[in-house]
Amino acid sequence: MDNVLEVKNLTMNFGGIKALDRVSLEIKKNQIVALIGPNGAGKTTLFNCLTGIYTPNAGDIMVQPPQGKARRINGMKINHITELGLARTFQNIRLFGGMTVLENVMIGRHCRTRAGIAGAIFRPNSTRTEENDIVDQSYSILEYIGLTMYVNDLARNLPYGAQRRLEIARALACDPQILLLDEPAAGMNPQETGELEQLIVRLWRERHLSVLLIEHDMKLVMNLAQNIFVLDYGEEIARGTPQEITQNPAVIKAYLGVETNAEIN
Amino acid sequence: MNYFWDLFLGGITRGSIYALIALGYTMVYGILELINFAHGEIYMIGAFTALIVASVLTMHGLTGVAVLILATIVAVFYAAAYGFSVEKIAYKPLRQAPRLSPLISAIGMSIFLQNYVLLAQTSDFLPFPNLLQDVLLPEAISGWIAPSEFIIIFTAAVLMIGLTLILKFTKMGKAMRAVAQDREMAMLLGINVNRIISRTFIIGSALAAIGGVLIASHVGRINFYIGFGAGIKAFTAAVLGGIGSIPGAMLGGLVLGLTESFATGYISSDYENVFAFALLILILIFKPEGILGRSSQQKV
Repeated sequence: MDNVLEVKNLTMNFGGIKALDRVSLEIKKNQIVALIGPNGAGKTTLFNCLTGIYTPNAGDIMVQPPQGKARRINGMKINHITELGLARTFQNIRLFGGMTVLENVMIGRHCRTRAGIAGAIFRPNSTRTEENDIVDQSYSILEYIGLTMYVNDLARNLPYGAQRRLEIARALACDPQILLLDEPAAGMNPQETGELEQLIVRLWRERHLSVLLIEHDMKLVMNLAQNIFVLDYGEEIARGTPQEITQNPAVIKAYLGVETNAEIN
Repeated sequence: MNYFWDLFLGGITRGSIYALIALGYTMVYGILELINFAHGEIYMIGAFTALIVASVLTMHGLTGVAVLILATIVAVFYAAAYGFSVEKIAYKPLRQAPRLSPLISAIGMSIFLQNYVLLAQTSDFLPFPNLLQDVLLPEAISGWIAPSEFIIIFTAAVLMIGLTLILKFTKMGKAMRAVAQDREMAMLLGINVNRIISRTFIIGSALAAIGGVLIASHVGRINFYIGFGAGIKAFTAAVLGGIGSIPGAMLGGLVLGLTESFATGYISSDYENVFAFALLILILIFKPEGILGRSSQQKV
């Protein structure tokens, strides 16, 4: 499988409402894919299915870990999905506000380390080395993202843009191969959005991550995405390159309500 | 002055035990938002286990500190196993249920454990050997404090400092705080939340068991019902300090212990509970989140 993530005919019902109706989507290795659609189209629901928060009613989600065979992850425990290399950020920031920036990132390293209750109480050498490694790795991630000046600040005291970047830093600490970003630019000013764009490009180019991006900022989407999927009312209405999407009549109709030749943005 | 000092030490001693038990309530509440009403019973089971082990060891000719240490160790493991099992049996299946269901389940567990010990042991008060007396203290200390009080206060202080350090600095401690703040997010970061919950119950139960052994040796008798009284007091201490807050539970325990001790000493021992719970009511009226608790924040 040359795709790192494959979604096939995914359906998710809430009572009588079909939040997702036979949605399919593929992400290739080291590809940036955007998921767009009007509010309520089911984008975040799809993220919740991918990360195990919801168990979909039908369909398959297949993940290709770096080693081994592709795994079907529907119904798997959330923390096991994370171990397979999916990490996400949230539309509404969900940092551990009462912990420091460094601690937030250190918690992200959790799934890659092993020490348990005996280690915490008796602190043998192995545990100490492991914890020192976590600190080092977390520092280097914060350096990479450019948050070192905040290391010992409480997460809730950070400026908004920095909180958004900290969410990405924390997701990186899980060593993901696929990064799911839910509206990372929401509420950012143009300068912050520009920095975010550069960061995502660096993650893609230097860390060879695959990225699935939900975003309403069309300029950001068009600049970054190599492939775009459009959802509306839980159904896929279009897919293709940014050029194809901007000219797709169904997409224009979904966004503007009427058929027109106006280009998005 | 001497009388005051005695009351003060008595209050701190009593308060240290309340604090040890209150930590179990507050840690579980922090993570599950559940009042674990069976926690007092874990403390009682810890005391009973220690009594049984101490009796067996004494029969085999052991005495003094060795008995105390062995009995405590066995009690800790036994109570931890009970705490772990109670969570798996009574709370884990109800993880997704409305919040009232695990609460009822906790009360059921509490009644079950009480009656189980009642049937397995006896309804009478059993004498508990004063194991703490045999510990020899240097003259400098034994002049102004009784050995058993010193050991209780010292042990509780060491345990509380240890717990604080674990929560602050170790990976497991960070994971516990993360789960307490946002369980779903913690899972998304790869934390096995069920394992963290189990560990919280194990640690809380171990602390309660140590509290049980210490107070049983100090007071000198136990029965199946001691868990209820101690549980209610420790729960009061946790609420007093701010439920969910670790330093709050410690402070709440000490404040409650001192209040009781002074009320008993200067007014009348009949008023011990009146003052304890009047204090609780006052705190709830004027600072409902507890002394160190943070006012609840709505999650977006």
